[in-house]
Amino acid sequence: MSRRSPLTALGALLVFVFLYAPIAVVIVYSFNAARYGTEWQGFTVDWYLRLIDNDAAIAAAINTIELACTSTFFSVLLGSVLGYGMSRYEFPFKRIFHHVLHVPVFIPDIVMAVALLLFFSVLRKWLAGFELGMITMTLAHITFQIPFVAIVVRARMADCDPQLEEAAADLGAGPWLTFRHVTLPLMLPGAVAGGLLAFTLSLDDFVVSFFTSGAGSTTLPILIYSSVKRGITPDINALATLIVLVSALTVVTVAWMRGRTEVKN
Amino acid sequence: MADPTSHTSLKRRRRIRRTVHFGEPMPPGAHTFRAAWLCGPALAWVTVFLLVPLAFVIALSFAQRGDAGEVVWRFTLENYSRLFGNGALGFDPVQPLILARSIGVGFATALLCLLVGMPVAFFIAGLTRRWKTVALTLVIIPFGTNLLIRTYGWQTLLSPEGWLAQNLASAGVPLADYALYPGWPAVMLAMVCDYLPFMILPLYASVEKVDWSLSEAAEDLGAAPLRAFWHAVLPQIRPGMIAGCVLVFLPATGQFVIPDLLGGAKVALLGNAVQQQFGGSRDWPFGSAIAVAALLVMLAGLWLHTSVTKGRREVALP
Repeated sequence: MSRRSPLTALGALLVFVFLYAPIAVVIVYSFNAARYGTEWQGFTVDWYLRLIDNDAAIAAAINTIELACTSTFFSVLLGSVLGYGMSRYEFPFKRIFHHVLHVPVFIPDIVMAVALLLFFSVLRKWLAGFELGMITMTLAHITFQIPFVAIVVRARMADCDPQLEEAAADLGAGPWLTFRHVTLPLMLPGAVAGGLLAFTLSLDDFVVSFFTSGAGSTTLPILIYSSVKRGITPDINALATLIVLVSALTVVTVAWMRGRTEVKN
Repeated sequence: MADPTSHTSLKRRRRIRRTVHFGEPMPPGAHTFRAAWLCGPALAWVTVFLLVPLAFVIALSFAQRGDAGEVVWRFTLENYSRLFGNGALGFDPVQPLILARSIGVGFATALLCLLVGMPVAFFIAGLTRRWKTVALTLVIIPFGTNLLIRTYGWQTLLSPEGWLAQNLASAGVPLADYALYPGWPAVMLAMVCDYLPFMILPLYASVEKVDWSLSEAAEDLGAAPLRAFWHAVLPQIRPGMIAGCVLVFLPATGQFVIPDLLGGAKVALLGNAVQQQFGGSRDWPFGSAIAVAALLVMLAGLWLHTSVTKGRREVALP
């Protein structure tokens, strides 16, 4: 297989078509006038307009964004500090913790989901008034986000010379000034990249959310899942198209930002 | 080959440099103290919300189910023996089949992704810088798009009255109703489609570093193009192939959504079995045993990866 043979290009093109086929279908059918079935009955934007009156979808969207923002905030805070600490300090059992950190990355979603469901239901027996809902979902999301943020920040700090911080200290900066003017700017690209990753992970998560959600904490993936189980309707296609659009924009923005920093360096 | 002496000396040098902090040598106690308050909170979080719950699951897998679906804390190995086919009425192949099927699906998905992803990785590596960014972004967009949406798109595409079946029918391809969906074809198509980016990205990272002069040399010395590729290029991209296969195998074996939406009742994997026991069947102890099995499959996959690469991570897993 050579890099520039037309055969390779054709194969790659077919794979891209394959990769985008399901997404394209969802987008196309969101403009289909037919209420039921997959027959094409003309172009319409009606399904998008109807979303505005769809209270369930709007409530789910608000929940999704609230969940993603809250969990990302805490996971970036905890994860960045952990990533920094692991890159600069040695401590007992560090290797074990390093492996522990990879557990949430590789664990099957469903196993983590039932483990948390079990844990929360045990907590519910002990704590009166502790119910499954937005809080349990946030706790769950932070748990799978922390390792991703920490791994990204740690990789970033591993590329930064600790002597930069020492130089600042030598020049008379105290711990706070050193942190504010040296460590933080060095860490920031890693924290932002890790945060964006954590944010998308939270937006996309279905399995863990599904098992740790309660009444009134339906998110968009849960809404889509239950709708698909009942039968796909065009308004769900419209909703999914909007979600695809947002994810695609996020990916393109991240790629563009990375391209700019690469040019700068 | 790693040189052990250089490794230890590097480690020692690092430790010495790290204990110098803010211009002054730091006593070991202060060093550990700082490490504790930096790393402590997040590690405690992961311990409380992941390791403790997992310990609960392991403990529960040795408990019994009461008549009303409640948990009876009496030690038993019955859940595990059920996993290996010991049912109340003799040998019951359902559970061992699910385990074997999940591992099989994982391997099949990894292999198919490797075959399908290979041309893409080579194609992207041959592009100019600007187009590389575009092509990589095109690979990452589906990767960042909700898996549920990509999965149910296949449902629309493959349903009997859907576009594909209709066109195949009018082209004269004999296709029974529900031949594609629900069932194996739909599940495997969606699996490969959903996990392809996990394969393409590490594979591309490896192809990018290939030294093509080796393959040219092989061809100069009379090797046929295929033979040159096999002996001069393939060994160079082995790290990417291995990393990609692990990244696809691990999530694919634990998949719950894809078989759930596209497989019908015939294609239950470990994830579906866990969901069934924790949901409809209300047999949490048995569900926990299946979850432990899924966890062991994951660990086995990771162990296989480290033993194949001998601990050297040429292409970093996330």
